[in-house]
Parts: sequence; structure tokens; C-alpha cells
Amino acid sequence: MDNKSQKENPSGSSRRDFLKKSSAITAIALTPAIAVKASDLKLDEKLSEAMEQMPLNIEINGEMHHLKVEPRLTLLDLLRERLKLTGTKKGCDQGQCGACTVHVDGVRTNSCLSLAIMNDGAKITTIEGLAKGNELHPMQEAFIKHDGFQCGYCTSGQIMSAIACIHEGHADSETNIREFMSGNICRCGAYANIVNAIQEVKAGGKV
Amino acid sequence: MSKKHLENADMELALSRVDGRVKVTGAAKYTAEVQLPELTYGVLVESTIGQGMITALDTKKAERAPGVMAVISHLNTPGVPEYKLQNQDVIQKQLRVFDSENIYFNGQPIAVVVADTLERAQYGASLVKVVYAKGKSATSLENNLSRAVMPKKTKEDYMRGKAAAFKDAEFQVEEEYTLPSEAHHPMEPHSIIAWWEAADKLTLVDKTQGSQNTAAIMAKSFQLSPQNVKVISTYVGGAFGSALRVWPHEIVAVLAAKKVQKPVKLVLHRNQMSYMVGYRPHTLQKVALGASKDGKLLGISHESYGKTSMYEEFTENVLAMTRMMYDVPNIDTKYRIVPLNVSTPAPMRGPGEATGSFALECALDELSYKLNMDPIELRLANYADQDPDKKMPWSSKYLKECYQLGAEKIGWDKRKALPGAVQEGEWKVGYGIATGTFGAFRGGASMKATFKPDGTLLLQSAIADIGPGTATTMTIIASENLGIPVEKISFQLGNSTFPKAPQQGGSNTVATVGSAVVAVCNNLKVELAKRAAKQKADWGNAVASTIRFKGANLVNTDEPSSKIEFASLFGAESPNELVITADAAPGDEKNKYSFYSFSVHFIEAHVHELTGVVRIKNAVSVIDCGTVVSPKTARSQSMGGIVGGIGMALTEELVLDDRNGRTVNASFGDYHVPVQADIPQMQMMFVNEKDPYLNPMGSKGLGEIVIIGVAPAVANAVYNATGKRIRNLPITPDKLI
Repeated sequence: MDNKSQKENPSGSSRRDFLKKSSAITAIALTPAIAVKASDLKLDEKLSEAMEQMPLNIEINGEMHHLKVEPRLTLLDLLRERLKLTGTKKGCDQGQCGACTVHVDGVRTNSCLSLAIMNDGAKITTIEGLAKGNELHPMQEAFIKHDGFQCGYCTSGQIMSAIACIHEGHADSETNIREFMSGNICRCGAYANIVNAIQEVKAGGKV
Repeated sequence: MSKKHLENADMELALSRVDGRVKVTGAAKYTAEVQLPELTYGVLVESTIGQGMITALDTKKAERAPGVMAVISHLNTPGVPEYKLQNQDVIQKQLRVFDSENIYFNGQPIAVVVADTLERAQYGASLVKVVYAKGKSATSLENNLSRAVMPKKTKEDYMRGKAAAFKDAEFQVEEEYTLPSEAHHPMEPHSIIAWWEAADKLTLVDKTQGSQNTAAIMAKSFQLSPQNVKVISTYVGGAFGSALRVWPHEIVAVLAAKKVQKPVKLVLHRNQMSYMVGYRPHTLQKVALGASKDGKLLGISHESYGKTSMYEEFTENVLAMTRMMYDVPNIDTKYRIVPLNVSTPAPMRGPGEATGSFALECALDELSYKLNMDPIELRLANYADQDPDKKMPWSSKYLKECYQLGAEKIGWDKRKALPGAVQEGEWKVGYGIATGTFGAFRGGASMKATFKPDGTLLLQSAIADIGPGTATTMTIIASENLGIPVEKISFQLGNSTFPKAPQQGGSNTVATVGSAVVAVCNNLKVELAKRAAKQKADWGNAVASTIRFKGANLVNTDEPSSKIEFASLFGAESPNELVITADAAPGDEKNKYSFYSFSVHFIEAHVHELTGVVRIKNAVSVIDCGTVVSPKTARSQSMGGIVGGIGMALTEELVLDDRNGRTVNASFGDYHVPVQADIPQMQMMFVNEKDPYLNPMGSKGLGEIVIIGVAPAVANAVYNATGKRIRNLPITPDKLI
């Protein structure tokens, strides 16, 4: 805890402590002995934990999810760790590499910089939501054809960004593509191939 | 020359990656994505001082935090059994994890917090309180050159002919070149999931370039029977050398899994990737060249001083290229390392040679201006027709063709010898070249093939694929050997229980593992022919080289009437599959020939007069790597080398705060790797001439030579554009204005 927050909260007690004190354990006036035992069993933790969960209604790849999540959970970790949608990648966890790019209501977004609860009511599309059954999205096809990747780890983010780049109207020239794809790092260096893939999809007019 | 060489357009039409679909759909499961029941999360606590001791470690608050299952440090580690043994290898002495209160570098892992969710482990790690007795850390290379030592494994400095012979020459160049430390920064952070299936049985899903190497080291560290350690690395999201060994965080994960008796997942944060998994070490080089007026080199003296850690000697072949690249009678080299309060470096793409070539190839460029001689002509004047170090013939060398093809492609005749002579608007235009080379190696490998009556073939090898497209290349080799279409072949890799393979590093995968593919394909054909001979006698004479699969049949191309349905060749004992294995190993060819791959890189650089911004406008690489097996992926790998080399030349530099040894620019926001806007269209060319001796495919290595020589080519182009010679990378705008 930094100095500022300590000043504002001189007792050093956290929201969690407050929840514990005001939670059911106190409210239902248990006898002290039982309260001590409840504390030993970390029941107070469990109660406060339950109260810290926030409701989240979110549509991902066309499927509604009704969830309860901690406020500190990022959209990226919700996808990867809770929902096992691991196609979206964690490259830096601080909005600097683009590997975690998803579409939130159609807008490309670094999911590592977005808390899950900020997306209540939103429609999310991830790499897993692009193909229709066995039929790949034209951008996925173009990435394979032009070899727009090597190790494949940045690829999901590149493809999500590339589709958005066309939708935004930023794929009208090679220079613009390079500029508006510069938030997606590829350490293997497939950049030139990625540009070729985007140009072909743009010319195809299906996206 | 006949058009055998490959250019961009030829390669775009070649076979696409066989694992392309799983990579573009997000279905490929990288290490941290493998699902296991009861998975727990480990988060490291790291030292915040560069040198000293931990005097107190308070973990109480962390232990009481919700979801936290264990806090492990030197106070309560289950221990690494190998540490207790005597006879520790003094040269390769990995940091001993949680073994004492000693701190050797800033960022050293000193504890791990394990919890049931990632958020809870991260919060728990923030609650660990550490008190230190702080010592004085030393991290500056330049300020600590007096600590330089000769590595223990080096017996003596190299000398050929006479020392310092350059001093007798009419034309001389004597300069210092520095390269900063550079981070590998593969896009996938290093990750591991460790669990103990039994008290003596360990399984890891791990980011590694060598599943069997990791398994062997883990077995030794934890004193387990080798067959009780299994390592899986099916998909590796890049590595560039950072995953060639077992790092402390991997040992930590195994210790943590032992403590909590559940699978532990540990993923490094991007910033930790700057100092926990190696880096190309900051290196200072002194080079002196001496030549006669016709450009003939009389002597080269080359010294190198590189960083290493306090606990381990890291060395790389910085001076190897100097000793073999040019036909020079007198060469002396001196290699030293400087132990500092830093973590141990690691080989990074083109290890050694990428560093050494920056000094050597820039110095040659400087000499070319002193001689008023074209830089390509200067290199041709010193062209080595045999290996001048080993005094052996090259196995193959098409470097002259590389110079010629590249000069035509980039339009070398547009280059003006006078620096700063070409201007386009506010931009000064220059051209540069540099040569790259790296040893072409082949090791031993085994392969398992499972062939089925429906004509499908499964190949299995422990080899990793960190990105070059190994499964694709191996599939092509098998398909070309057998005649089975690529769609019917699958190649499984990245598992220590599969047949023997080396680490994926040092550009030897195709030569080594590809040879095992050829061997197993040949064995399969011979076995089927043996079975066919029981039905038709003329199959008795068939040899592997003339047997082909054609549709549902096996054909002996020497006897066109010989065709036989291969489905009829499965015996009663195994009617559904035929399993064949093979071993492949190099012979004595390396006693007869010197094996190297070669590359030449051409760069057109534009430098903004006012701001000093450098833009690479065109890049051409011409490569002699023997036969190109998989043109599309080879082309991509070469482009990646250019991109890495541009980063090395223009932006990449790990900066330490020498007051405390902390990495100042650990994030992607501060450590600048090239992005889309930095990279031009590039033209990759391959000579595509077979090497007759290294392996049956005729291939040599590719992964290293594509970056070796790129940074000096950029520096030489910047000089040609501006007349400013930048000898300390990266060439940032402040150095040009």
C-alpha cells in the first residue's frame, strides 16, 4: 500500500476487513466461541470472498455468460483462466504488445487493460469466434497463405487487429496498414507477410 | 548462372505451414494453456537489490492472504537434491534456487507465492516483506574491465602467423565497437506447469527448445530416474535461444509443486523476461585490420570483453568469424569475460557471430573507404577458397554468388562511394553490405514412423518447433522421399518421450532431424519391399532410392511393372499399422570438410537530416544454406532475421541503473523491438545449391545466418548516407545529429 492510501485509511483496514466485520458472522450474533472457530476455519474469508464477487453478464462469441467475478480480474484472465478460451494470448499484460487483442462491441481492445466487470453487457469476439464451423475467416485464410506468422503466439492478436484495421478504414494503403498495425508486436518478424495478407483481404472485399 | 536460386515470388507459392490452421484459430495450446485439474498459480518475489544478503523475510501476511497455499523461500524450501552433491560443475554453475540468503543480481527470485488463482498469488507476492544487508553491486562493463578474466574452458588465446601484424601494413583501421545487452523477448513469456505424479515422478509442460535436455537436467537436479521425468513443449511461442536451458523459475515451479502437492503454473511477467531468462550480453570489442593498397588483408587483431554473472561463466563465439571468414595470414584474438552483478546471459539468435560480425564487418567497411575500394571488391580480394583456420576445404560455399545476386537485386550501382552524396528531399540515402556466416552442424537423432493401410504416416520426434516450421519441413522431406502426399503425413514433436532429438538451436534441426526422417522413410520402404518380395520375387532387388508410393500402391521405379498394393503388406501380427524406427548420425565428414552457411545482407537506409531518424527502405538477403527444403517458411525465417537485425542496429538496448543493478527498460514500452512501421518490404534470395556432404537433403543451417551481418550492414549504410560512423549500437537519432 502506498503512502497516499495509508493516509486516507489510517487504521490500515481494508475493504476486506470491513466486509468481514460487517458480514453475516457479526450480523447473526454468533456466540464468541463459535465466532473464533469460524475464524479458524477461514469462514469469515469465505463470506467476504463471496461478497466481493461482482455479477457479470457478458456475451462471448455469441454465447451469453452469467458470471460472478472479482473486480480485479482482467478481461484477458477471464477469457484464459476462467473460461479456458486460450486463443487470446498474454504477451505483456500491460497493453504494449497487442497479443491479447479482442473485439469489444466491434472495437479492437487490449483485453489485458480492461477489467472484466467493465464489460458488463458487452459483446466480445475472440479468435475462437471468427471461423464458421470449418470455414475459416478470410483473414485467417490469408494469414496461412501469406505465412503471416512463425511461432504463432502473436497471431490471434494480429488477426483481430487486422480485421478491425480494415473495418476502421485504415487498410487503404501499405503505409496506413503499417501505422495502424504497429500496436501488434511480432518478434519472429512476419510483418511484411502480415501486410500482404491484409492487403489481399481488403482487395477481396469480404471484410 | 542458371535460375536455380529462389526469389520472393518463387517461395510464396510453396507449401503453407502444416500447423497453420491451429495457429490462426487459437486452437494451438502453448504451455500456460494446457488444462489440468486443481491447477494452482505461482508468482515470484524477486530481490530489489543487486548484491548483498537477505537478513529477514516476513511471509506471515502473505501466508494468511486468501487463497494462498504456500510461500516458499530459502527458509523452507523442499530443496534441490543436486545442490547437496559434491563435484558441482564449476563452469556451468546455474544459480542455486532458494539455497541461501545471498543476492547476486537485482531481480533474483527469492520466494514464490502459490495460490488458487493468479490474482491471489499476485496479491500474496506483494505482501512478502524482505529486509536486506545491501552490498555494493557492480554492473557496468566499461567501469569494470579490470575484472576481466579468461574463461576457464579457454586454454590460450588464438594466434595464426604473427601477432599485431596489422601494424606493418600500409592501410590500417583500429577501432572499438560496443554492443549493448539485448533481450530475446519472444512473444510467449516463459511458462511452466509442474506437477509430481508420484513422489519420484515429475511431469512438466514447459517452454523449452529441447524437451529431452530439460528432462535430463530436471532428472539430475531432483535425482530422479530419467524415465520418470516427462517434458511436453508442443507449441513454443518463440525463444531465439532463451529456452535452451533450465532457468531458476523452472526449478521454482518444481519446488512449489512439491510443496503444495498440486500442479503449479508459473508464467513470467514480460518485465521479468529481461533478466530471468538470459540476454545477449553487452560486449566491447577492439578490432584492428591492416591491408596493402590493393586491399589484401595482412593481419587482424580482435579482442572481445563480454558480461557474465557472478556465479557462472557465459561464453560465446564472438571471434570465430574473424578466424575463418577471410584469407588472412596473421590473426590474433583474445576473449575475456567480466563477472558482474547480473544474471547469466544466454545464446541469442546468431550467438557470438552476430556480435563479432558487427565489429569485423564494420571495420572492413571503414577500411574500404580508406582504400577507396568498393566494399564488395574488398571482400572478394580476401575471399577464402578454403577454411584458413582449419586448413580444410569447404563442404560448399556459394558466397560469390550471394554478393553478385544481391548487388543486382538492390541496385548496388546506385551507391556512391562518397558518403552523403545522395539526397532525396530531407533524407540522405546510403547503401551498406555485410557478410554473415555460422557453422553448419549436424547431430544424432532418431525417428519413429507409424504407417497405416490407409496410406497415412505419423512421424514422431522430441524436437521442438519454436517457429521456423519444423513440422512443415519434416513433412516435405518425408513426402519427397516417399511420394506420399503431404496431407497424409503428420509430424508430432515437443515431447521428451518421443525419439531422440537435439535442442532446437544453432541452426541444426533440418540437418539433424531431417536426416532421421530420411532414414526412417528408407527403412519403411525397405521393410515393405521385403514383405512384397514374399508375393512377387522381383521386389527382392528393390532399394530404398527407387521405391515410391503412388496412390494405393508401392512402386519400384526401376521395374515399372512391379506395383503392389501396400495395404496387402500388413502382416497378421500387426494388421493395422507398421511401426518403424531409425537412427541417423553424422559420419566422419567433419574431419574432411569445413561446414559453414553464408549470407550477405544489403541495406538501403534513409537518414533524416534534421532529426537523425533512420528508415530502412529496402533490405535484400542472399543466402547460401544449401538446398532449401521448405521455401515459404525459409523465406519467413530470413525476413525475421532482417527484422531482428534492424532492432539490434537501431533500437534495442537493455539499460541497467548501475547504482542498483536494476533494469531500467524492462517493458516493451521502454525496450523497443521493431514494429510494423519500422519494417520495409524485403527481398529474400537463396542460392539453393546442394551441400554434398552434410546430410541427405543437401541442406545447411539457416536460422542464425539470417541475422548475422544485418546490424553491420545497417551501420555501414548509415555511414554511406551520412559520413557518420556509429560504433556503439543502437544507432539512435541522438548519435546522428
